[in-house]
Amino acid sequence: MNTVEVTASTIRQKANTMPRWLRVVSRFARQKPLGTSGAVLILLMGLVAILADFIAPYDPLATRYDLMMQPPNAEFWLGTDAFGRDILSRLLYGSRTALLIGLSASFLGATIGAIIGVVSAYFAGKTDLIIQRLMDMLLSFPLIIMALAVVAVLGTGTGNVIIAIAVPMTPRCARVVRSSALAIRESPYIDAARALGFGHGRIIFRHMLPNVMAPYLIMLTVFLAQAILLEASLSFLGLGVSEPTAAWGLMLRGAAVEFAEQAPWMGIFPGLAISAAVFAFNLFGDSLRDALDPKLRI
Amino acid sequence: MHRYIIKRILFMIPTILGVMFIVFVLMRVLPGDAVEIRYAEEGTFVSEEMLVQERARLGLDQPIWHQFVKWIWGIVRLDFGISMWTGRPITHEIKIRLELSLQVALMATFFATLIAIPLGTMAALKQDTWVDYVIRIFSIAGLATPSFWLGILMILMLLIYFKWLPPMFFTSLWKDPGANLSQLIWPALAVGYRYSATATRMTRSSVLEVMREDYIRTARAKGLWEKIVITRHALKNAMLPVITVIGLEFAFLIGGLVVTEQVFNLNGIGKLFVQSIAQRDYTMTQTLVLLVAITFIVVNFVVDILYAWLDPRIRYQ
Repeated sequence: MNTVEVTASTIRQKANTMPRWLRVVSRFARQKPLGTSGAVLILLMGLVAILADFIAPYDPLATRYDLMMQPPNAEFWLGTDAFGRDILSRLLYGSRTALLIGLSASFLGATIGAIIGVVSAYFAGKTDLIIQRLMDMLLSFPLIIMALAVVAVLGTGTGNVIIAIAVPMTPRCARVVRSSALAIRESPYIDAARALGFGHGRIIFRHMLPNVMAPYLIMLTVFLAQAILLEASLSFLGLGVSEPTAAWGLMLRGAAVEFAEQAPWMGIFPGLAISAAVFAFNLFGDSLRDALDPKLRI
Repeated sequence: MHRYIIKRILFMIPTILGVMFIVFVLMRVLPGDAVEIRYAEEGTFVSEEMLVQERARLGLDQPIWHQFVKWIWGIVRLDFGISMWTGRPITHEIKIRLELSLQVALMATFFATLIAIPLGTMAALKQDTWVDYVIRIFSIAGLATPSFWLGILMILMLLIYFKWLPPMFFTSLWKDPGANLSQLIWPALAVGYRYSATATRMTRSSVLEVMREDYIRTARAKGLWEKIVITRHALKNAMLPVITVIGLEFAFLIGGLVVTEQVFNLNGIGKLFVQSIAQRDYTMTQTLVLLVAITFIVVNFVVDILYAWLDPRIRYQ
């Protein structure tokens, strides 16, 4: 036995002692440096959202009319807004709003979309045709217009904004998942399940859905980025979460534009936060797609 | 091919009817109508009688199915009716804004294509080198930057460095090209950057895929100059999905500029959309949704036909 073989097998042994998920993670980290940096940023953002109560220097809602539009200084690192609220604290708390709405909306949209996609592919024929035409109709609205319409019907507020963002995402996920499910439908194990007399529900949920995990996960990360952007856009238009909640899009509204020249920090930092968050999710989502399903174009 | 085209055109009709039905019902589900909202805004006392009278004038007192049929019959005769809010013909209201929105959309498409195709191709040809990484980061940053924020930054830069603000009122390109371009170039750039990001990424993945095809190997084996292999063989085939992305994004831009228009204070289709939803201007919203949906469906259709035309292997049944 020569030395090279010894080292190779020891490495293999060592690798085998690692839990499987850790091996997967370390391989991803080695092969996709860009994606990993995205994942690290996301984790960081999650931590900030959870720990906002402990790390934020001030109460994000506390107004100080003697300290309005202070430029960044030692006391207020990123300055204060038109109501004298600390911008850094509002940014930190804003990550909660962004993540809460982003995660729930994309989870809702992607999951319902995946179920519709699989059902459509499974039943095929007329059912498929009707579902697909319906999806086409929903797809012919721009994301933002669709979300606007839903907000107009339901009204503003966190719950409604989540629904407003999830609705336009559903058909997009349904279409991608359907095309994967069409191939799965023809595979022998689905025939076998049918031959065993399993019901439609069991085949769809137990046999088909788990096998469209790859496109589902990819769509989920793409949606996360879009959802954060959409939430910011809706808030910016005054149709998302409402004042005084700390939300990034909301911080760019009104005074940030009006006083852009006197107090540029009011407009610059919240935008940076939105960009960084969306950037991180896109970076991660891209690499995840490369790793799971390079042929998927979304 | 002809049969396919006719079939596709016929298939558009139920989709458009469906869209019309959805928006028609959706608008009437919204709480309040144009009459109530206007009186609420004016803040004057109104008697029940006046509300009834005003609703009758706008045809809101008729049964819903009757209103729907009447609207569809109008569309068939290309009569879109009058705005419930301003009382002017809808075609007039849309016409004065469509010029602006269309111009911004076209300019943004121009910028996006100009940036996307060379960058995407370069990233693909230099895959996994620093060139690729820089281009990918540039394009992902484009996806991540909200165009309204980019707009705010642009206005800020113009103000601080040039002490100049884009003009507030829209000047037609035909009247004063200079004033028109100096106003619209900024929103077009802000939107175009984001738009180019999508197209760059599509170009990259498409070129990457094509470069692995057999005919590229054949072309190289024949000893063709690499430049010709790339431009004549690879790019020509890689452009199909890129055209789709550019086409669909363009269709979305017609009505989807809502936020950017807000930042640059432009009176375009997007702004009209938001206003008409808020004012419960049923006729206006319905027509706008129809306009956006038809643009989208037609662009989709044209892209599909282009596919068959560009790629002889695709034959539709």
